Amino acid sequence: MSSADIDSVQAPPRSRSPLRVFHMLVDLCEPLVEWIIRICGWSAILFVFAIFFFVIREGSEMLFGGIDFKEFLTSPNWRPDSVVRPQYGILALLTGTVAVTGLAMLIAVPLGLGAAVYVSEFAGPKTKETLKVIIELLAAIPSVVWGFIGYIVLGPIIIWLTGAPVGINVLNGGIILALMSVPIIVSVAEDALRAVPDSYREAALALGASRWEIVLRVLFPAAKNGLLAAVLLGVGRAIGETMAVLMATGHAVQIPKSLVDPVRTMTATIAAELGETVSGEEHYGVLFVIGIVLFVIAFAINLTADLVVKGIRGGQHD
Amino acid sequence: MTEPAASERLEVCIRTRALSLWYGDFQALRRVTLDVKQGLITGLIGPSGCGKTTLLRCFNRINERYGNVTTEGDITILGKNVYDSNVSLSELRKTVGMVFQRPNPLPISIYRNVLFGLRIHTRRSDLPRAQRDELVESSLREVDLWDDVKDKLRMKATRLTLEQQQKLCIARLLPLKPRVILMDEPCSALDAEGTEKIESLLETLREKYTVVIVTHNMAQARRASDECIFMLLGEVVEHGPTSEIFFNPRHEKTEMYIQGRYG
Repeated sequence: MSSADIDSVQAPPRSRSPLRVFHMLVDLCEPLVEWIIRICGWSAILFVFAIFFFVIREGSEMLFGGIDFKEFLTSPNWRPDSVVRPQYGILALLTGTVAVTGLAMLIAVPLGLGAAVYVSEFAGPKTKETLKVIIELLAAIPSVVWGFIGYIVLGPIIIWLTGAPVGINVLNGGIILALMSVPIIVSVAEDALRAVPDSYREAALALGASRWEIVLRVLFPAAKNGLLAAVLLGVGRAIGETMAVLMATGHAVQIPKSLVDPVRTMTATIAAELGETVSGEEHYGVLFVIGIVLFVIAFAINLTADLVVKGIRGGQHD
Repeated sequence: MTEPAASERLEVCIRTRALSLWYGDFQALRRVTLDVKQGLITGLIGPSGCGKTTLLRCFNRINERYGNVTTEGDITILGKNVYDSNVSLSELRKTVGMVFQRPNPLPISIYRNVLFGLRIHTRRSDLPRAQRDELVESSLREVDLWDDVKDKLRMKATRLTLEQQQKLCIARLLPLKPRVILMDEPCSALDAEGTEKIESLLETLREKYTVVIVTHNMAQARRASDECIFMLLGEVVEHGPTSEIFFNPRHEKTEMYIQGRYG
Protein backbone atom coordinates (compact mmCIF):
# COMPACT_ATOMS: atom_id res chain seq x y z
CA MET A 1 0.00 0.00 0.00
CA SER A 2 1.38 3.40 -0.94
CA SER A 3 1.34 6.39 1.39
CA ALA A 4 -1.39 8.06 -0.69
CA ASP A 5 -3.69 5.09 -0.02
CA ILE A 6 -3.20 5.37 3.70
CA ASP A 7 -4.09 9.06 3.65
CA SER A 8 -7.28 8.44 1.77
CA VAL A 9 -8.31 5.79 4.24
CA GLN A 10 -7.67 7.96 7.28
CA ALA A 11 -8.99 11.27 6.05
CA PRO A 12 -12.81 10.99 5.86
CA PRO A 13 -13.81 10.18 9.49
CA ARG A 14 -12.04 13.28 10.73
CA SER A 15 -14.22 15.88 8.98
CA ARG A 16 -17.62 15.28 7.43
CA SER A 17 -18.22 11.62 8.30
CA PRO A 18 -21.76 10.49 9.17
CA LEU A 19 -19.99 8.26 11.71
CA ARG A 20 -19.25 11.29 13.83
CA VAL A 21 -22.88 12.32 13.88
CA PHE A 22 -23.79 8.79 14.78
CA HIS A 23 -21.43 8.85 17.74
CA MET A 24 -22.92 12.09 18.94
CA LEU A 25 -26.37 10.60 18.72
CA VAL A 26 -25.24 7.56 20.68
CA ASP A 27 -23.84 9.82 23.38
CA LEU A 28 -27.17 11.62 23.59
CA CYS A 29 -29.22 8.44 23.62
CA GLU A 30 -27.22 6.62 26.20
CA PRO A 31 -28.86 8.16 29.29
CA LEU A 32 -32.24 7.63 27.71
CA VAL A 33 -31.57 3.95 27.04
CA GLU A 34 -30.25 3.58 30.54
CA TRP A 35 -33.49 4.98 31.92
CA ILE A 36 -35.62 2.71 29.78
CA ILE A 37 -33.70 -0.30 31.02
CA ARG A 38 -33.95 0.94 34.57
CA ILE A 39 -37.72 1.24 34.27
CA CYS A 40 -37.90 -2.31 32.90
CA GLY A 41 -36.05 -3.54 35.95
CA TRP A 42 -38.12 -1.64 38.47
CA SER A 43 -41.39 -2.53 36.79
CA ALA A 44 -41.17 -6.05 38.23
CA ILE A 45 -41.29 -4.62 41.73
CA LEU A 46 -44.07 -2.28 40.70
CA PHE A 47 -46.16 -5.13 39.35
CA VAL A 48 -45.75 -7.27 42.44
CA PHE A 49 -46.82 -4.40 44.67
CA ALA A 50 -49.66 -3.45 42.36
CA ILE A 51 -51.01 -7.00 42.39
CA PHE A 52 -50.62 -7.24 46.13
CA PHE A 53 -52.37 -3.91 46.59
CA PHE A 54 -55.20 -4.86 44.26
CA VAL A 55 -55.85 -8.24 45.86
CA ILE A 56 -55.81 -6.70 49.34
CA ARG A 57 -58.12 -3.88 48.26
CA GLU A 58 -60.69 -6.19 46.74
CA GLY A 59 -60.58 -8.48 49.74
CA SER A 60 -60.22 -5.83 52.42
CA GLU A 61 -63.90 -5.33 53.09
CA MET A 62 -64.32 -9.01 53.93
CA LEU A 63 -60.87 -9.35 55.48
CA PHE A 64 -61.39 -6.55 58.00
CA GLY A 65 -64.79 -7.09 59.53
CA GLY A 66 -67.07 -8.81 57.06
CA ILE A 67 -65.72 -12.26 57.71
CA ASP A 68 -65.98 -14.64 60.62
CA PHE A 69 -62.38 -15.90 60.75
CA LYS A 70 -63.18 -18.86 62.93
CA GLU A 71 -65.75 -20.08 60.45
CA PHE A 72 -63.57 -19.15 57.49
CA LEU A 73 -60.62 -21.25 58.61
CA THR A 74 -62.30 -24.12 60.47
CA SER A 75 -65.58 -24.83 58.70
CA PRO A 76 -65.65 -27.30 55.84
CA ASN A 77 -68.88 -25.74 54.57
CA TRP A 78 -68.39 -23.73 51.43
CA ARG A 79 -71.89 -22.55 50.48
CA PRO A 80 -71.53 -19.16 48.91
CA ASP A 81 -74.74 -19.46 46.90
CA SER A 82 -77.04 -20.38 49.77
CA VAL A 83 -80.06 -18.11 49.82
CA VAL A 84 -80.85 -18.82 53.45
CA ARG A 85 -77.41 -18.37 54.94
CA PRO A 86 -74.25 -18.33 52.79
CA GLN A 87 -71.30 -20.03 54.48
CA TYR A 88 -67.67 -19.36 53.67
CA GLY A 89 -65.58 -22.10 55.28
CA ILE A 90 -62.41 -22.88 53.38
CA LEU A 91 -61.26 -25.86 55.45
CA ALA A 92 -62.32 -28.31 52.74
CA LEU A 93 -60.65 -26.22 50.03
CA LEU A 94 -57.50 -25.88 52.15
CA THR A 95 -57.46 -29.63 52.77
CA GLY A 96 -57.98 -30.17 49.05
CA THR A 97 -54.99 -27.98 48.21
CA VAL A 98 -52.85 -29.60 50.91
CA ALA A 99 -53.87 -33.14 49.88
CA VAL A 100 -53.22 -32.65 46.18
CA THR A 101 -49.97 -30.71 46.74
CA GLY A 102 -48.78 -33.16 49.37
CA LEU A 103 -49.40 -36.17 47.14
CA ALA A 104 -47.78 -34.36 44.22
CA MET A 105 -44.66 -33.75 46.31
CA LEU A 106 -44.57 -37.36 47.53
CA ILE A 107 -44.30 -38.35 43.87
CA ALA A 108 -42.34 -35.42 42.46
CA VAL A 109 -39.57 -35.13 45.06
CA PRO A 110 -38.15 -38.65 44.73
CA LEU A 111 -38.75 -38.62 40.97
CA GLY A 112 -37.20 -35.18 40.51
CA LEU A 113 -34.20 -35.72 42.77
CA GLY A 114 -33.63 -39.14 41.26
CA ALA A 115 -33.73 -37.69 37.76
CA ALA A 116 -31.36 -34.89 38.82
CA VAL A 117 -28.88 -37.40 40.25
CA TYR A 118 -29.08 -39.48 37.09
CA VAL A 119 -28.63 -36.50 34.77
CA SER A 120 -25.80 -34.97 36.76
CA GLU A 121 -23.87 -38.06 37.87
CA PHE A 122 -24.69 -41.13 35.83
CA ALA A 123 -25.80 -40.16 32.33
CA GLY A 124 -23.27 -39.91 29.52
CA PRO A 125 -22.80 -36.52 27.85
CA LYS A 126 -25.22 -37.28 25.01
CA THR A 127 -27.99 -38.71 27.19
CA LYS A 128 -27.51 -35.79 29.54
CA GLU A 129 -28.07 -33.17 26.85
CA THR A 130 -31.07 -35.01 25.42
CA LEU A 131 -32.66 -35.46 28.83
CA LYS A 132 -32.16 -31.83 29.77
CA VAL A 133 -33.84 -30.65 26.59
CA ILE A 134 -36.77 -33.02 27.08
CA ILE A 135 -37.20 -32.03 30.72
CA GLU A 136 -37.28 -28.39 29.69
CA LEU A 137 -39.87 -29.31 27.09
CA LEU A 138 -41.95 -30.88 29.86
CA ALA A 139 -41.90 -27.53 31.64
CA ALA A 140 -43.20 -25.82 28.53
CA ILE A 141 -46.43 -27.84 28.25
CA PRO A 142 -49.36 -25.50 29.02
CA SER A 143 -51.26 -26.35 32.19
CA VAL A 144 -54.55 -26.71 30.35
CA VAL A 145 -52.98 -29.52 28.34
CA TRP A 146 -51.96 -31.21 31.57
CA GLY A 147 -55.52 -30.82 32.83
CA PHE A 148 -56.80 -32.32 29.61
CA ILE A 149 -54.47 -35.30 29.97
CA GLY A 150 -55.65 -35.78 33.55
CA TYR A 151 -59.28 -35.65 32.47
CA ILE A 152 -59.12 -37.76 29.32
CA VAL A 153 -56.20 -40.14 29.82
CA LEU A 154 -55.41 -40.52 33.51
CA GLY A 155 -59.02 -40.50 34.72
CA PRO A 156 -60.13 -43.69 32.91
CA ILE A 157 -56.86 -45.39 33.90
CA ILE A 158 -57.53 -44.61 37.56
CA ILE A 159 -61.09 -45.91 37.31
CA TRP A 160 -59.85 -49.06 35.63
CA LEU A 161 -57.10 -49.66 38.20
CA THR A 162 -58.87 -48.72 41.42
CA GLY A 163 -62.50 -49.20 40.61
CA ALA A 164 -63.26 -45.69 41.86
CA PRO A 165 -66.57 -44.17 40.69
CA VAL A 166 -64.85 -41.08 39.27
CA GLY A 167 -61.40 -40.80 37.75
CA ILE A 168 -60.83 -37.16 38.53
CA ASN A 169 -59.79 -36.96 42.17
CA VAL A 170 -56.86 -36.40 44.58
CA LEU A 171 -54.81 -39.13 42.95
CA ASN A 172 -55.32 -37.76 39.45
CA GLY A 173 -54.57 -34.17 40.46
CA GLY A 174 -51.57 -35.28 42.50
CA ILE A 175 -50.02 -37.19 39.62
CA ILE A 176 -50.61 -34.37 37.15
CA LEU A 177 -49.22 -31.77 39.54
CA ALA A 178 -46.24 -34.00 40.26
CA LEU A 179 -45.41 -34.22 36.55
CA MET A 180 -45.73 -30.46 36.31
CA SER A 181 -43.39 -29.82 39.24
CA VAL A 182 -40.74 -32.36 38.24
CA PRO A 183 -39.02 -30.15 35.63
CA ILE A 184 -38.33 -27.31 38.04
CA ILE A 185 -37.15 -29.71 40.73
CA VAL A 186 -34.83 -31.46 38.28
CA SER A 187 -33.30 -28.31 36.88
CA VAL A 188 -32.66 -26.62 40.23
CA ALA A 189 -31.44 -29.84 41.87
CA GLU A 190 -29.18 -30.61 38.93
CA ASP A 191 -27.63 -27.15 39.23
CA ALA A 192 -27.04 -27.78 42.92
CA LEU A 193 -25.37 -31.13 42.29
CA ARG A 194 -23.25 -29.75 39.49
CA ALA A 195 -22.08 -26.97 41.80
CA VAL A 196 -20.46 -29.53 44.13
CA PRO A 197 -16.72 -29.34 43.42
CA ASP A 198 -15.39 -32.29 41.49
CA SER A 199 -12.57 -32.63 43.99
CA TYR A 200 -15.09 -33.98 46.51
CA ARG A 201 -16.13 -36.73 44.14
CA GLU A 202 -12.51 -37.57 43.41
CA ALA A 203 -11.61 -37.61 47.11
CA ALA A 204 -14.40 -40.04 47.91
CA LEU A 205 -13.67 -42.16 44.83
CA ALA A 206 -10.00 -42.45 45.81
CA LEU A 207 -11.07 -43.70 49.24
CA GLY A 208 -12.95 -46.54 47.59
CA ALA A 209 -16.47 -45.12 47.49
CA SER A 210 -18.80 -46.37 44.77
CA ARG A 211 -20.83 -43.93 42.72
CA TRP A 212 -23.88 -44.48 44.91
CA GLU A 213 -21.92 -43.94 48.08
CA ILE A 214 -20.63 -40.70 46.61
CA VAL A 215 -24.17 -39.56 45.88
CA LEU A 216 -25.50 -40.44 49.32
CA ARG A 217 -22.55 -39.58 51.52
CA VAL A 218 -20.92 -36.70 49.68
CA LEU A 219 -23.21 -35.01 47.16
CA PHE A 220 -26.44 -34.96 49.18
CA PRO A 221 -24.82 -33.45 52.28
CA ALA A 222 -22.77 -31.01 50.19
CA ALA A 223 -25.72 -29.89 48.05
CA LYS A 224 -28.45 -30.08 50.69
CA ASN A 225 -29.34 -26.38 50.53
CA GLY A 226 -29.77 -26.42 46.78
CA LEU A 227 -31.80 -29.61 46.92
CA LEU A 228 -34.08 -28.14 49.58
CA ALA A 229 -34.55 -25.04 47.42
CA ALA A 230 -35.47 -27.31 44.50
CA VAL A 231 -38.12 -29.04 46.58
CA LEU A 232 -39.55 -25.76 47.87
CA LEU A 233 -39.77 -24.30 44.38
CA GLY A 234 -41.59 -27.47 43.33
CA VAL A 235 -44.05 -27.02 46.19
CA GLY A 236 -44.57 -23.40 45.18
CA ARG A 237 -45.28 -24.48 41.63
CA ALA A 238 -47.78 -27.09 42.75
CA ILE A 239 -49.68 -24.94 45.25
CA GLY A 240 -50.28 -22.13 42.79
CA GLU A 241 -51.34 -24.30 39.87
CA THR A 242 -54.95 -23.73 38.87
CA MET A 243 -56.11 -24.91 35.49
CA ALA A 244 -54.74 -28.45 35.66
CA VAL A 245 -56.14 -29.09 39.14
CA LEU A 246 -59.45 -27.51 38.19
CA MET A 247 -59.79 -30.11 35.45
CA ALA A 248 -58.22 -33.10 37.18
CA THR A 249 -59.44 -33.07 40.77
CA GLY A 250 -63.20 -33.42 40.35
CA HIS A 251 -64.26 -30.10 41.83
CA ALA A 252 -66.21 -31.47 44.79
CA VAL A 253 -66.06 -29.51 48.03
CA GLN A 254 -65.25 -32.10 50.66
CA ILE A 255 -62.51 -33.19 52.99
CA PRO A 256 -61.02 -36.20 51.18
CA LYS A 257 -61.04 -39.49 53.06
CA SER A 258 -59.19 -41.51 50.46
CA LEU A 259 -56.93 -40.98 47.48
CA VAL A 260 -59.77 -41.48 45.03
CA ASP A 261 -62.10 -38.87 46.56
CA PRO A 262 -62.74 -35.86 44.34
CA VAL A 263 -61.72 -32.58 45.95
CA ARG A 264 -61.53 -28.93 45.15
CA THR A 265 -58.55 -26.65 45.70
CA MET A 266 -58.45 -22.97 46.64
CA THR A 267 -57.07 -21.93 43.27
CA ALA A 268 -59.70 -23.87 41.35
CA THR A 269 -62.45 -22.30 43.45
CA ILE A 270 -61.32 -18.79 42.62
CA ALA A 271 -61.01 -19.59 38.94
CA ALA A 272 -64.37 -21.28 38.72
CA GLU A 273 -66.46 -18.90 40.79
CA LEU A 274 -65.07 -15.44 40.25
CA GLY A 275 -66.89 -15.08 36.95
CA GLU A 276 -70.27 -15.72 38.60
CA THR A 277 -69.93 -13.11 41.28
CA VAL A 278 -70.70 -9.42 41.23
CA SER A 279 -67.95 -7.02 42.13
CA GLY A 280 -68.32 -5.80 45.69
CA GLU A 281 -70.63 -8.49 47.02
CA GLU A 282 -69.67 -10.85 49.85
CA HIS A 283 -68.83 -13.88 47.72
CA TYR A 284 -66.54 -11.79 45.52
CA GLY A 285 -64.69 -10.44 48.54
CA VAL A 286 -64.24 -13.87 50.10
CA LEU A 287 -62.68 -15.19 46.89
CA PHE A 288 -60.14 -12.42 47.17
CA VAL A 289 -59.45 -13.34 50.78
CA ILE A 290 -58.70 -16.85 49.54
CA GLY A 291 -56.36 -15.18 47.06
CA ILE A 292 -54.63 -13.45 49.94
CA VAL A 293 -54.23 -16.77 51.78
CA LEU A 294 -52.65 -18.28 48.65
CA PHE A 295 -50.47 -15.23 48.22
CA VAL A 296 -49.21 -15.54 51.78
CA ILE A 297 -48.49 -19.28 51.42
CA ALA A 298 -46.70 -18.83 48.08
CA PHE A 299 -44.76 -15.86 49.41
CA ALA A 300 -43.65 -17.77 52.52
CA ILE A 301 -42.47 -20.72 50.41
CA ASN A 302 -40.61 -18.58 47.91
CA LEU A 303 -39.01 -16.54 50.67
CA THR A 304 -37.86 -19.71 52.42
CA ALA A 305 -36.47 -21.07 49.16
CA ASP A 306 -34.69 -17.77 48.53
CA LEU A 307 -33.13 -17.67 51.97
CA VAL A 308 -32.06 -21.28 51.61
CA VAL A 309 -30.47 -20.61 48.23
CA LYS A 310 -28.71 -17.57 49.68
CA GLY A 311 -27.41 -19.93 52.33
CA ILE A 312 -25.56 -21.86 49.62
CA ARG A 313 -23.89 -18.81 48.19
CA GLY A 314 -23.15 -17.30 51.59
CA GLY A 315 -20.74 -20.13 52.27
CA GLN A 316 -20.64 -22.48 55.20
CA HIS A 317 -22.37 -21.58 58.40
CA ASP A 318 -21.30 -24.06 60.99
CA MET B 1 19.33 -41.83 51.06
CA THR B 2 19.52 -45.55 50.55
CA GLU B 3 22.55 -47.18 49.06
CA PRO B 4 21.89 -48.80 45.67
CA ALA B 5 22.99 -52.14 47.02
CA ALA B 6 20.45 -51.94 49.81
CA SER B 7 17.58 -50.87 47.60
CA GLU B 8 18.13 -53.74 45.21
CA ARG B 9 17.35 -56.18 47.95
CA LEU B 10 13.99 -54.57 48.57
CA GLU B 11 10.91 -56.20 47.18
CA VAL B 12 9.05 -54.69 44.27
CA CYS B 13 5.73 -53.11 45.21
CA ILE B 14 4.41 -51.65 41.97
CA ARG B 15 5.45 -53.28 38.72
CA THR B 16 4.35 -52.00 35.34
CA ARG B 17 5.03 -53.77 32.06
CA ALA B 18 4.70 -52.02 28.71
CA LEU B 19 1.99 -49.75 30.09
CA SER B 20 0.50 -47.49 27.41
CA LEU B 21 -2.42 -45.15 27.89
CA TRP B 22 -4.48 -43.03 25.54
CA TYR B 23 -6.89 -40.18 26.25
CA GLY B 24 -8.99 -40.51 23.12
CA ASP B 25 -6.35 -40.33 20.35
CA PHE B 26 -3.69 -38.76 22.47
CA GLN B 27 -1.10 -41.19 23.80
CA ALA B 28 -0.09 -40.07 27.28
CA LEU B 29 2.01 -43.09 28.33
CA ARG B 30 4.34 -45.05 26.03
CA ARG B 31 5.26 -48.57 27.08
CA VAL B 32 6.17 -47.64 30.63
CA THR B 33 8.04 -50.44 32.36
CA LEU B 34 9.26 -49.92 35.89
CA ASP B 35 9.55 -51.44 39.35
CA VAL B 36 8.75 -49.27 42.35
CA LYS B 37 10.34 -50.72 45.45
CA GLN B 38 8.49 -51.36 48.64
CA GLY B 39 9.01 -49.07 51.62
CA LEU B 40 10.75 -46.34 49.64
CA ILE B 41 9.70 -42.86 48.67
CA THR B 42 9.84 -42.70 44.89
CA GLY B 43 9.72 -39.32 43.19
CA LEU B 44 8.17 -38.92 39.75
CA ILE B 45 9.76 -35.96 37.99
CA GLY B 46 9.63 -34.47 34.54
CA PRO B 47 8.32 -31.44 32.69
CA SER B 48 4.59 -30.61 32.53
CA GLY B 49 2.59 -32.96 30.34
CA CYS B 50 5.15 -35.76 30.51
CA GLY B 51 2.61 -38.18 31.93
CA LYS B 52 3.71 -38.40 35.55
CA THR B 53 0.31 -37.59 37.00
CA THR B 54 -1.31 -39.91 34.48
CA LEU B 55 0.99 -42.72 35.54
CA LEU B 56 0.24 -42.04 39.21
CA ARG B 57 -3.49 -42.07 38.53
CA CYS B 58 -3.14 -45.47 36.85
CA PHE B 59 -1.97 -47.06 40.08
CA ASN B 60 -5.38 -46.70 41.74
CA ARG B 61 -7.20 -46.70 38.40
CA ILE B 62 -8.82 -43.39 39.19
CA ASN B 63 -8.14 -41.96 35.74
CA GLU B 64 -10.75 -44.36 34.40
CA ARG B 65 -13.49 -42.04 35.61
CA TYR B 66 -13.08 -40.06 32.42
CA GLY B 67 -14.73 -42.29 29.88
CA ASN B 68 -12.30 -41.97 26.97
CA VAL B 69 -9.29 -43.71 28.51
CA THR B 70 -7.74 -46.80 26.93
CA THR B 71 -4.91 -48.70 28.57
CA GLU B 72 -2.64 -51.49 27.42
CA GLY B 73 -0.07 -53.47 29.36
CA ASP B 74 0.05 -54.59 32.98
CA ILE B 75 0.25 -53.07 36.42
CA THR B 76 0.95 -55.40 39.30
CA ILE B 77 0.67 -54.04 42.82
CA LEU B 78 1.81 -56.28 45.66
CA GLY B 79 1.72 -59.24 43.30
CA LYS B 80 -1.80 -58.65 42.06
CA ASN B 81 -2.66 -57.50 38.56
CA VAL B 82 -4.89 -54.47 39.06
CA TYR B 83 -6.57 -54.94 35.69
CA ASP B 84 -7.74 -58.45 36.57
CA SER B 85 -11.47 -58.75 36.14
CA ASN B 86 -11.89 -59.97 39.73
CA VAL B 87 -10.16 -56.94 41.24
CA SER B 88 -12.53 -54.79 43.27
CA LEU B 89 -11.84 -51.12 42.66
CA SER B 90 -12.98 -50.35 46.15
CA GLU B 91 -10.44 -52.79 47.64
CA LEU B 92 -7.69 -51.55 45.34
CA ARG B 93 -8.27 -47.98 46.44
CA LYS B 94 -8.31 -49.06 50.05
CA THR B 95 -4.82 -50.50 49.62
CA VAL B 96 -3.58 -47.71 47.39
CA GLY B 97 -4.44 -44.34 48.92
CA MET B 98 -4.13 -41.01 47.14
CA VAL B 99 -3.35 -37.44 48.15
CA PHE B 100 -4.27 -34.73 45.65
CA GLN B 101 -2.70 -31.53 44.43
CA ARG B 102 -5.32 -29.31 46.07
CA PRO B 103 -6.23 -30.47 49.55
CA ASN B 104 -9.74 -31.88 49.19
CA PRO B 105 -11.22 -32.69 52.57
CA LEU B 106 -14.95 -33.34 52.36
CA PRO B 107 -17.33 -30.63 53.63
CA ILE B 108 -18.09 -32.59 56.79
CA SER B 109 -16.51 -32.55 60.25
CA ILE B 110 -12.84 -33.34 60.82
CA TYR B 111 -13.86 -36.41 62.78
CA ARG B 112 -16.04 -37.76 60.00
CA ASN B 113 -13.42 -36.97 57.37
CA VAL B 114 -10.90 -39.21 59.12
CA LEU B 115 -13.42 -42.04 59.30
CA PHE B 116 -14.99 -41.50 55.87
CA GLY B 117 -12.95 -44.17 54.10
CA LEU B 118 -13.42 -46.68 56.87
CA ARG B 119 -17.17 -46.12 56.97
CA ILE B 120 -17.34 -47.15 53.34
CA HIS B 121 -15.56 -50.40 54.00
CA THR B 122 -17.06 -51.33 57.39
CA ARG B 123 -20.53 -51.51 58.80
CA ARG B 124 -21.35 -49.00 61.50
CA SER B 125 -22.06 -51.71 64.06
CA ASP B 126 -18.58 -53.19 63.57
CA LEU B 127 -17.02 -49.95 64.74
CA PRO B 128 -17.80 -49.22 68.36
CA ARG B 129 -17.56 -45.63 69.49
CA ALA B 130 -14.41 -46.14 71.55
CA GLN B 131 -12.60 -47.74 68.64
CA ARG B 132 -13.63 -44.91 66.34
CA ASP B 133 -12.38 -42.25 68.75
CA GLU B 134 -9.12 -44.12 69.12
CA LEU B 135 -8.63 -44.43 65.36
CA VAL B 136 -9.30 -40.74 64.82
CA GLU B 137 -6.80 -39.81 67.50
CA SER B 138 -4.05 -42.16 66.32
CA SER B 139 -4.49 -41.14 62.67
CA LEU B 140 -4.37 -37.45 63.49
CA ARG B 141 -1.37 -37.99 65.76
CA GLU B 142 0.47 -39.82 63.01
CA VAL B 143 0.20 -36.75 60.75
CA ASP B 144 0.98 -34.38 63.63
CA LEU B 145 -2.43 -32.72 63.51
CA TRP B 146 -3.97 -33.97 66.75
CA ASP B 147 -2.76 -31.15 68.98
CA ASP B 148 -4.11 -28.52 66.59
CA VAL B 149 -7.59 -29.95 66.20
CA LYS B 150 -8.34 -32.12 69.22
CA ASP B 151 -10.73 -29.50 70.64
CA LYS B 152 -12.60 -28.91 67.39
CA LEU B 153 -13.12 -32.34 65.89
CA ARG B 154 -16.73 -31.40 65.06
CA MET B 155 -15.64 -28.38 63.02
CA LYS B 156 -16.09 -28.47 59.27
CA ALA B 157 -12.82 -29.67 57.76
CA THR B 158 -12.94 -27.12 54.95
CA ARG B 159 -12.29 -24.38 57.50
CA LEU B 160 -8.81 -25.61 58.38
CA THR B 161 -5.72 -24.00 56.87
CA LEU B 162 -4.50 -25.54 53.62
CA GLU B 163 -1.58 -27.22 55.36
CA GLN B 164 -3.87 -28.71 57.99
CA GLN B 165 -6.29 -29.79 55.26
CA GLN B 166 -3.53 -31.60 53.42
CA LYS B 167 -2.43 -33.33 56.62
CA LEU B 168 -6.03 -34.36 57.18
CA CYS B 169 -6.15 -35.75 53.65
CA ILE B 170 -3.19 -37.96 54.55
CA ALA B 171 -4.69 -38.83 57.94
CA ARG B 172 -7.94 -40.07 56.43
CA LEU B 173 -6.04 -42.71 54.45
CA LEU B 174 -4.46 -44.23 57.54
CA PRO B 175 -7.48 -45.97 59.13
CA LEU B 176 -7.75 -48.00 55.92
CA LYS B 177 -4.25 -49.36 56.52
CA PRO B 178 -3.03 -48.68 52.98
CA ARG B 179 0.18 -50.23 51.68
CA VAL B 180 0.82 -47.60 49.04
CA ILE B 181 0.27 -43.84 49.21
CA LEU B 182 0.20 -41.89 45.95
CA MET B 183 0.82 -38.18 46.17
CA ASP B 184 0.15 -35.81 43.30
CA GLU B 185 2.18 -32.67 43.98
CA PRO B 186 0.90 -32.58 47.56
CA CYS B 187 2.70 -29.33 48.40
CA SER B 188 1.95 -27.23 45.35
CA ALA B 189 -0.87 -25.36 47.12
CA LEU B 190 1.18 -24.81 50.30
CA ASP B 191 3.71 -22.20 51.38
CA ALA B 192 7.32 -23.02 52.24
CA GLU B 193 6.53 -23.74 55.88
CA GLY B 194 3.63 -26.02 55.02
CA THR B 195 5.80 -27.80 52.47
CA GLU B 196 8.46 -28.40 55.08
CA LYS B 197 5.90 -29.85 57.50
CA ILE B 198 4.49 -32.20 54.86
CA GLU B 199 8.00 -33.28 53.86
CA SER B 200 8.94 -34.11 57.41
CA LEU B 201 5.68 -36.01 57.63
CA LEU B 202 6.74 -37.96 54.53
CA GLU B 203 9.88 -38.92 56.39
CA THR B 204 7.82 -40.58 59.12
CA LEU B 205 5.67 -42.44 56.59
CA ARG B 206 8.69 -44.06 54.99
CA GLU B 207 9.03 -47.81 55.44
CA LYS B 208 5.52 -48.20 56.81
CA TYR B 209 4.12 -47.29 53.42
CA THR B 210 5.38 -47.27 49.87
CA VAL B 211 5.08 -43.66 48.73
CA VAL B 212 5.04 -42.46 45.14
CA ILE B 213 5.16 -38.68 44.87
CA VAL B 214 4.78 -36.54 41.77
CA THR B 215 6.59 -33.25 42.08
CA HIS B 216 7.58 -30.26 40.03
CA ASN B 217 9.88 -29.09 42.73
CA MET B 218 13.38 -30.43 42.02
CA ALA B 219 14.64 -29.50 45.45
CA GLN B 220 11.78 -31.40 47.01
CA ALA B 221 12.48 -34.49 44.94
CA ARG B 222 16.11 -34.36 46.02
CA ARG B 223 15.31 -33.79 49.70
CA ALA B 224 12.42 -36.15 50.13
CA SER B 225 12.80 -39.13 47.80
CA ASP B 226 14.90 -42.29 47.87
CA GLU B 227 14.53 -43.07 44.21
CA CYS B 228 13.51 -40.93 41.28
CA ILE B 229 11.86 -41.65 37.97
CA PHE B 230 12.43 -39.09 35.22
CA MET B 231 9.75 -39.05 32.55
CA LEU B 232 9.57 -37.29 29.23
CA LEU B 233 6.75 -37.34 26.66
CA GLY B 234 5.08 -40.33 28.25
CA GLU B 235 8.21 -42.44 28.49
CA VAL B 236 10.42 -43.34 31.42
CA VAL B 237 13.86 -41.95 30.62
CA GLU B 238 15.68 -42.88 33.75
CA HIS B 239 14.92 -44.58 37.05
CA GLY B 240 17.46 -44.83 39.83
CA PRO B 241 18.47 -43.79 43.32
CA THR B 242 17.90 -40.07 43.81
CA SER B 243 21.62 -39.40 44.31
CA GLU B 244 22.43 -41.06 41.00
CA ILE B 245 19.73 -39.13 39.14
CA PHE B 246 20.80 -35.81 40.57
CA PHE B 247 24.57 -36.13 40.67
CA ASN B 248 25.36 -38.71 38.06
CA PRO B 249 22.54 -38.97 35.53
CA ARG B 250 23.08 -41.45 32.73
CA HIS B 251 20.98 -39.68 30.13
CA GLU B 252 21.69 -36.34 28.62
CA LYS B 253 18.00 -35.35 28.82
CA THR B 254 17.89 -36.10 32.54
CA GLU B 255 20.98 -34.03 33.12
CA MET B 256 19.58 -31.13 31.15
CA TYR B 257 16.30 -31.25 33.08
CA ILE B 258 17.98 -31.56 36.47
CA GLN B 259 20.21 -28.61 35.69
CA GLY B 260 17.23 -26.55 34.65
CA ARG B 261 18.25 -26.26 31.03
CA TYR B 262 15.07 -27.96 29.86
CA GLY B 263 11.38 -28.18 30.77
